[in-house]
Amino acid sequence: MGLAPTPVAPTTRYPARADLTAARRARGPESPRWGTTLLFLAPAVLLLLVFLIYPALYTILLSFNRGRNGIFEQWVGLDNYTRLFADPDFLDLSTFPPSGALWNNVLWIVFYVSIVIFLGLVIAVVAARVRYESVLKAIVFIPMSIAATALAVIWKFVYSPDANIGLINALLGAVGVAPVSWLGDPGLVNFALIAVGIWGSVGFATIILSAAVKSIPAEVVESARVEGATERQIFFRMILPMVSLPMSVLAVTLVVNVIKLFDLIYVMTRGGPGKSSQVIAFTMFQQAFEAGQYGYGSAVAVVMLVLLIPILIFNVRRFRTSSVT
Amino acid sequence: MSVLAGGVVHARPTPAGRIVAALNRTVIHVSLALIGLIWLVPTVGLLVTSFRPRSDIQATGWWDFFNLHLTVENYRQVLEAQGMLQAFANTVFIAVPSTLLPLGICALAAYAFSWMRFPFRDTLFLIVVGLLMVPVQVAFIPVLTGFRELVPGLELTKGYGGIWLAHTAFALPFGIFLLRNFFITLPPDMIEAARIDGASDAWIFRKIVVPVSVPAIAAYGIFQFLWVWNDLLMALVFVQDASKFPMTRAIQNLLSQYGTEWHLLAAGAFLLMIVPLIVFFSLQRYFVQGLLAGSIK
Repeated sequence: MGLAPTPVAPTTRYPARADLTAARRARGPESPRWGTTLLFLAPAVLLLLVFLIYPALYTILLSFNRGRNGIFEQWVGLDNYTRLFADPDFLDLSTFPPSGALWNNVLWIVFYVSIVIFLGLVIAVVAARVRYESVLKAIVFIPMSIAATALAVIWKFVYSPDANIGLINALLGAVGVAPVSWLGDPGLVNFALIAVGIWGSVGFATIILSAAVKSIPAEVVESARVEGATERQIFFRMILPMVSLPMSVLAVTLVVNVIKLFDLIYVMTRGGPGKSSQVIAFTMFQQAFEAGQYGYGSAVAVVMLVLLIPILIFNVRRFRTSSVT
Repeated sequence: MSVLAGGVVHARPTPAGRIVAALNRTVIHVSLALIGLIWLVPTVGLLVTSFRPRSDIQATGWWDFFNLHLTVENYRQVLEAQGMLQAFANTVFIAVPSTLLPLGICALAAYAFSWMRFPFRDTLFLIVVGLLMVPVQVAFIPVLTGFRELVPGLELTKGYGGIWLAHTAFALPFGIFLLRNFFITLPPDMIEAARIDGASDAWIFRKIVVPVSVPAIAAYGIFQFLWVWNDLLMALVFVQDASKFPMTRAIQNLLSQYGTEWHLLAAGAFLLMIVPLIVFFSLQRYFVQGLLAGSIK
């Protein structure tokens, strides 16, 4: 799923304390059987070492090297990083509004994350009151199952400036508005793309938040209503506190999604028009594989890794506390 | 009028109140219908287009239902002339091993992390949790170039080897995490009893843990299968032989060559979507579980 958030945060339910200590006691025979343990773990450990850990270290080192052809040839210190942050295509804070690939990721985080969560919550809460809830949720969820590549084709079609092809411009034409080039205007393109991202991810947010809303017992809500609570009070005092934890996990997942965002941009605009819709993962791909600047591309990959490290620490901490208590 | 627990009497709404309530209900239904339309119409529009003749597509919009002629010519053309049939097969060749390999490897490792005792077990598991966040981008350059330095003559990207291994490795942190969290909830007595009877870990794994974990394994398998099926980025990097391109790359090429030939693009996009849609509608429960498992508490 191109846009389907990779479920990232370690948040599965943990057994209560009593269960866990029981599990601890029984987990594994007293005398470990080394051979067997190794057989169970070896394939995973080997692949993780060869394809994740070694490459990550290699990429970090390569980001301090000129790295043409992807091999170590000449150490350049922080050159790749100073060039990267001096590059207006990566980040340009001298204009208003700022621009560049990293800034576009910021735009995505601000608009995509907040609107996805907002719409997801609204649909989850409102749909719970109608009989066709499951049908509606399925409809909103469909884009989650399809590839970002297909999503891109669908929306290039809807956005087409040709009023015989593009539905939006056809509707605008019907009320006498001239066709808009949604993906061709540097001022509009990021918002047009973010709208597609939102369309693709609201289903995910709806499913997660709906499960959280459903976890509030109906009798509790009903008795609050009977006691005279207004719908507004029920929403802000009962529903919102109950969904705040899944909502924060959802927000983290969506932020990670934005940092890794690539397929949709690559297929819809190739970062264009000009360089106006590039995002960081796109820059990494382009610098490394289209421009052949492996050292520079490695620096971009390391920036991505650094952006994800706070979330990595958050996950590990969260996991450690939840498995101890 | 309903009398509820606690003796509170539900007041009968006034006529004005009833009108407000009805209005509210109308607003709710209308906005939900609008949401349903916004989420359905773009896909339906492309579906209709994929069955319209090229000349019709250029003459009128797909919403012109009075002039609807349907044909499967677009699909025939995209499958045969544009090589989408081969690309479909390639996607299958990429997706099946890239699903089965991580399933097996994750299940084994997850069992070790749940029911075997070895030093640094919990530390190692925390490292796996940390690896969840490592972006796939850090592996691109080393896997493509560094490996060639280490093993001369190694051409992982000529065939499917590179993409199978890359997909498998990058699936591991999430898969191990997910399955371990499921395995650990199995009743300890069940496993302990088998151990007392002298069963080996291999036996317990095959005869007890895997059979009772089928729902969790299926949810993860479906998630991973769709992930690989829909992937473009990994295929761009790790598949360099044009005859082995999966559908995502074929469609992306189609788009850059024939950006306005909507009869081809629409049919191509639906060929890419058809399997995930079938999986979604037939296995919705597992699919949603797979997605939820990692992100809901």
